[in-house]
Amino acid sequence: MPRKCGSCGVKNAILKRPKTGDALCKECFYWAFEEEIHHTVLQAKLFSPGETVAIGASGGKDSTVLAHTMKVLNERHNYGLKLILLSVDEGITGYRDDSLETVKRNQQQYDLPLTIVSYEELYGWTMDAIVKQIGLKNNCTFCGVFRRQALDRGAMMLGADKIVTGHNADDIAETVIMNVLRGDIARLRRCTAITTGTDGYLPRCKPFKYTYEKEIVMYAYFKKLDYFSTECIYSPNAYRGFARAYIKDLEKIRPSAIIDIIHSGESMQVKKEVRMPTQTTCTRCHYISSNEVCKACVMLEGLNKGRPRLGIGKIHKERRKWDEELAAQGKLQTVDGGGTDSGNVQVADGETESSAGNEQRTCSGVCSGVC
Amino acid sequence: MPLPLIIEFSGGAELLCGNVKKHNVELPEQKDKWQVRTLLPWIRDNLVQERPELFMQGDTVRPGILVLINEADWELMGELDYELEENDRIVFISTLHGG
Ligand SMILES: [Zn+2]
Ligand SMILES: [Zn+2]
Repeated sequence: MPRKCGSCGVKNAILKRPKTGDALCKECFYWAFEEEIHHTVLQAKLFSPGETVAIGASGGKDSTVLAHTMKVLNERHNYGLKLILLSVDEGITGYRDDSLETVKRNQQQYDLPLTIVSYEELYGWTMDAIVKQIGLKNNCTFCGVFRRQALDRGAMMLGADKIVTGHNADDIAETVIMNVLRGDIARLRRCTAITTGTDGYLPRCKPFKYTYEKEIVMYAYFKKLDYFSTECIYSPNAYRGFARAYIKDLEKIRPSAIIDIIHSGESMQVKKEVRMPTQTTCTRCHYISSNEVCKACVMLEGLNKGRPRLGIGKIHKERRKWDEELAAQGKLQTVDGGGTDSGNVQVADGETESSAGNEQRTCSGVCSGVC
Repeated sequence: MPLPLIIEFSGGAELLCGNVKKHNVELPEQKDKWQVRTLLPWIRDNLVQERPELFMQGDTVRPGILVLINEADWELMGELDYELEENDRIVFISTLHGG
């Protein structure tokens, strides 16, 4: 009953590729899947021999398949990379502790070193404790900002040159749509970039930029890769949920929609130059920041002072109040970078697209953050 | 004659079915042949325990759920029109959970 493979013509096809419509057998699918990612890696010149690459590993499908594929390609094509699994423990009981067990199994299965950094050791707060304090309203904002920084710090600790994350084509298309809907031009420009965060941050690459989620899941299924799939227990991110459902609906009608949206995002031109942040270091934690005090530290200050609204949204009045307090103490020259366009302050805040990209999955629960 | 099938859920879709991944089921006898089209509402009514809207949308599966019929993509097998045979194995994988 099933068709023959369109590539080898011998075996039965097991999958219809969403990007091309080709029907492929298992072996031809594996090969096409892996070699397309290799092609992306070469095309975008993602790596150089001798580099240490930290794989952001959440235990979810994308990062599990990413770790597997990176290992396969590193060996097959002699990338000469040192690969390390890096996980962030947000401190979410019943969610992250279970998914970290999956990462620990991956470590064994793929024979790669694993490092776990936790919010608790970095910030003194677990997500469980944060939610207890602030409730379920803005928790994903905290989580996104902290995760981005945590992954960076973990990777720096390990002496990594780069971070790779499992963001796939569906995720990026979703982020393009969300940035359009929010009118977030600065992020819109960045969110389709295959490598981000080069000015002071560790570069972050997305080898799965053109890889459809369907293929990632099918690859994991046929290869029997061990991954963890539960929603984050603190994930109310309805907005991303809608964007996601919308993309999937479009894909159903026309599978190329996902790549088309990414291309649209790439080619959108911004007329007026958007004020881009200038990088400096946070006076508190010395981590790279575009402000005097970085977003993570502002948020921590809020948590520690029982004013958790600090640091959320655009310039919030809590932050203004805090700025005034600091100014009064003579501790502050310019917290918001001295710009006049307050609408851009969030953009200038050192949380880049990946907070959208990151809040993304763990927090939206649809995937897992570092994924 | 009732029709025995193996129905499996994974990738988070099992959460809709009391976290049970594998179900050995028997579809009741009916005069028309069972198709995936008629199987889906049967699953919704008999196996899915919560949020049925996360399983079905209209007369098909919710976009984002992958379906395999005997280890092959259902898009190669006729999707809703596929006529079920004895001991077919149907797998539903959610792509909407976990990254
Ligand atoms: Zn083949
Ligand atoms: Zn700081």
